[in-house]
Amino acid sequence: MIDPVIDLDDLDRKLLRALSQDTSQSAGALGRRFNLSQPATWRRIKRLEAAGVISGRRLRLNAEALGFGVTVFLGVKLARKGQVSLGDFERAVTAIPEVQSVEHVLGLYDFRLRVVARDLGDFERVLRRRIMTLPGAGEVEANVLLSEERRPGPIG
Amino acid sequence: MLDDTDRRILRQFQADPDLTTADLAARCGLTSATCWRRLEKMQATGLIQGREAVINWAALGYTVEVSLRFTLDKTVSRAFDEFLAAAREVPEVLEIQTFLGRVDVRLSVIARDLAHYQTLYRTRILTLPHIADIEALMHIARIKSDRGLPL
Repeated sequence: MIDPVIDLDDLDRKLLRALSQDTSQSAGALGRRFNLSQPATWRRIKRLEAAGVISGRRLRLNAEALGFGVTVFLGVKLARKGQVSLGDFERAVTAIPEVQSVEHVLGLYDFRLRVVARDLGDFERVLRRRIMTLPGAGEVEANVLLSEERRPGPIG
Repeated sequence: MLDDTDRRILRQFQADPDLTTADLAARCGLTSATCWRRLEKMQATGLIQGREAVINWAALGYTVEVSLRFTLDKTVSRAFDEFLAAAREVPEVLEIQTFLGRVDVRLSVIARDLAHYQTLYRTRILTLPHIADIEALMHIARIKSDRGLPL
């Protein structure tokens, strides 16, 4: 068992949970919610950032309203393992703008990709022209996203 | 509805969500007032839904991440609803997605270590209702994770 780099108390957990939903709230506003002074709240947030618990911030955009109606998860198996370096595949796949995330996994597939497209026709174009042509890409499985929810995770 | 200036703002803001409105405006070659007004409008119309902190679970001691892909028993009419409701009760589940394809549902699950994962898998995952089949993908490395849109 690896020890966490930081121990959180109840207030830290509440702050973390609130920030993971909305990070635009000021330290003052957050503090009032949890009965904490503005400087104390600010110090706690800084501590969470310094420990790397908060690794950054993400802008949440309405993909559909911005014209991206289709999200597809792809499982990609590399063909001829060993001949093509993982590095070549990773560099090429990372450069595709429609590919939102790339994970190296162990199991049925070697990589898991999250791809966004305007519609199914647009997705087909990305799949044929950009994914299937990646160095070493073998078998590809596509699952079209219907719904998605993020959970707060084991804090609190 | 969305013009090139809006797109430029979103592109820059997406790449660096920590920017203040003034810095964002400077990068887009706009005045702060213009940039602020456009941001406000995009928030009001729901294009920008908010900003969230990204939690690094490894820093909290969760070193194992597994993507579990389920096929459900579709002969049961309420299989999806009951499965999803039960999955929401498991704190270690970070993401729940439903699909059109070979996989019906995917859960992203974290655990402190492999022993903890095994316990979770036996006591919380295998006990979820209406499972026909499960596949696990063990996460090794995150190569790209910005989740940005190609604006």
